[in-house]
Amino acid sequence: MTDRKTIGAVPLRPALQAAALLMAGSLALAGCSKKAPAELPPPPAPTTASEAPPPVSQGPVPGSQADFAAQMMGKDTIYFDTDKFNIDAEDQAALGAQAQWLMRYPAKRVTLEGHADERGTRDYNLALGERRANAAKNFLVSLGVDAARVNTVSYGKERPVALGSDEASWAKNRRAVTVTID
Amino acid sequence: MKLIALPLLALVLAAPLAAQNAAPPAAEPGGLTGSVSDETPWQDLGIAIPTFPTDADVPTQASAGSTAALGKALAQVITADLKNNGLFKPTGPDALPQPSFGQVVAPDFGIWSGRGAEMLVHGYVRAAAGGNVTVGCYLYDVGLKQQLVKGGWEVAPGDWRRAAHKCADLVYSRLSGESPFFDSKIAYIAETGPKDHRMKRLAIMDSDGANHRYITTGQSIALTPRYSPDYKSLLYLSYFNGAPRIYAYDIEKGTQRLITANRNPTFAPRWSPDGKWVLYSMATAGNTDIYRIASSGGGAPQRLTNAPGINVGGSYSPDGSKIVFESDRSGSQQVYVMNADGTDQRRISFLGGRAATPEWSPRGDQIAFTHIAGNLRVAVMSPGGGNMRYLTDSWQDEAPTWSPNGRIIQFFRTEKNSGKTSIWQVDLTGRNERRLPTPVDASDPAWGPVRP
Repeated sequence: MTDRKTIGAVPLRPALQAAALLMAGSLALAGCSKKAPAELPPPPAPTTASEAPPPVSQGPVPGSQADFAAQMMGKDTIYFDTDKFNIDAEDQAALGAQAQWLMRYPAKRVTLEGHADERGTRDYNLALGERRANAAKNFLVSLGVDAARVNTVSYGKERPVALGSDEASWAKNRRAVTVTID
Repeated sequence: MKLIALPLLALVLAAPLAAQNAAPPAAEPGGLTGSVSDETPWQDLGIAIPTFPTDADVPTQASAGSTAALGKALAQVITADLKNNGLFKPTGPDALPQPSFGQVVAPDFGIWSGRGAEMLVHGYVRAAAGGNVTVGCYLYDVGLKQQLVKGGWEVAPGDWRRAAHKCADLVYSRLSGESPFFDSKIAYIAETGPKDHRMKRLAIMDSDGANHRYITTGQSIALTPRYSPDYKSLLYLSYFNGAPRIYAYDIEKGTQRLITANRNPTFAPRWSPDGKWVLYSMATAGNTDIYRIASSGGGAPQRLTNAPGINVGGSYSPDGSKIVFESDRSGSQQVYVMNADGTDQRRISFLGGRAATPEWSPRGDQIAFTHIAGNLRVAVMSPGGGNMRYLTDSWQDEAPTWSPNGRIIQFFRTEKNSGKTSIWQVDLTGRNERRLPTPVDASDPAWGPVRP
């Protein structure tokens, strides 16, 4: 044997590599700077005295992810049939509720997480999750939500919520979940 | 990582014959004594692989120890290689007498024919300059009393297993007529943790599971690695920064870069056989298409598919002229072929169920894929789409990857309910199936080429 390389040795040229890394870095920075400013907590109520605060239940901060989840009561997630990504009537109702909340808090941005069940190949399921997240996004946009406020990410079959290997579990895992960015 | 093939003739004639004049090496304390295990079914003995003797037992930096200890370890690794591919019935050094250094080039055929061995592998170990070790390897036909093939390598002590794999490759190639494959590596994903929050780390190992090494820490999900043909870098998908994108990881430098500046999700990375191109799949507004980009990092990506739907994956024909890929443009996942520039796209599989993750055999004669009809099973078909044949039958087997010689397929198996994964391999008969030993659960195997 010699050290002679007969097959496709393609050393990354350092300059190009550095450029690519720089590019990646600046993109990452751009991503950070584009992030919506964190919602400020509501100003504290004027302190009248040193009395104990009234025993009013705090509840989630309006406009927060906790508030969104509480208001949606499960409508933050829509579900799909095997291999499908169409938005049915039930999904439309859920996305309608999401859109209303988003209209109320126009500074909020959301990520739509697309998922698939475990009964498919990994790469295809990544693409399928992306397709589902986009279908949900498109519907929100059709209801008047600015597309720039909606980010998508696919987890394919990597993040199931139901852990069984049965139809009921798979149905719960074929989903698109809307998560607000606090 | 240097492996030097030696000009054998000189070495063979000079070294062991000269040694014959010297006193035979003393039996190692704790080493082989020549006793034979009674449990061994001698009628099954196809190939005898006794300990490789050394001319002088000296310490080495090799993990296996001194040259004498190394001689036994080498024979064990060769035995395991040949046993695990299912073609042979080798008997290793633990059950065999140890030959003298001189017998390596002048075997005592009577001993071996008396044991029913049809083939005999002899070899030797010697300390070489600079802390390296020299390993010789000889295959004899016992019945014919003839040497069939020989080889020799000088390796750094840390690479001693490579010498064993090279010897196993030599024996395998000579006896089967196939190309070698043992001296190769595998990239895969190491998995730990609960099903809804699996930690997935990029890892690499030798083709027999040795020299295992984690590449990523597991903070970001890592998926679908692919070794570059020169083993210098790995393409893989990472959720670093929250979004799935393909990175090229430089193994020597320990650095990585994005393969494209586009911020859309990219996945399913693949190399062209010459390492000059990277194939990847990118989703845009829910639609996924296959692109190629120069692996050198410069140049603009070129879109190869533009049919509505999910076009994903891709695997080059061995000559690099064609790409087999998967698409659901006709309604469900099926296998398609196109020219490497994206022209002449046509469907080749017309199967019930779905056909996914096609991988072109390095021999060019078969396409391995995942067939989904209820269960997921690994199957092969001809490049024209005919002669479909299942190789596995389990609840969920997917993502085949070919051995460098196109005779063995690795894939990963997922367990129902628990979601636990493991890497398996199967030969083209479908009969010899075995699980690969990995430290933790394992998925997404990607077999690299034979090392130079």
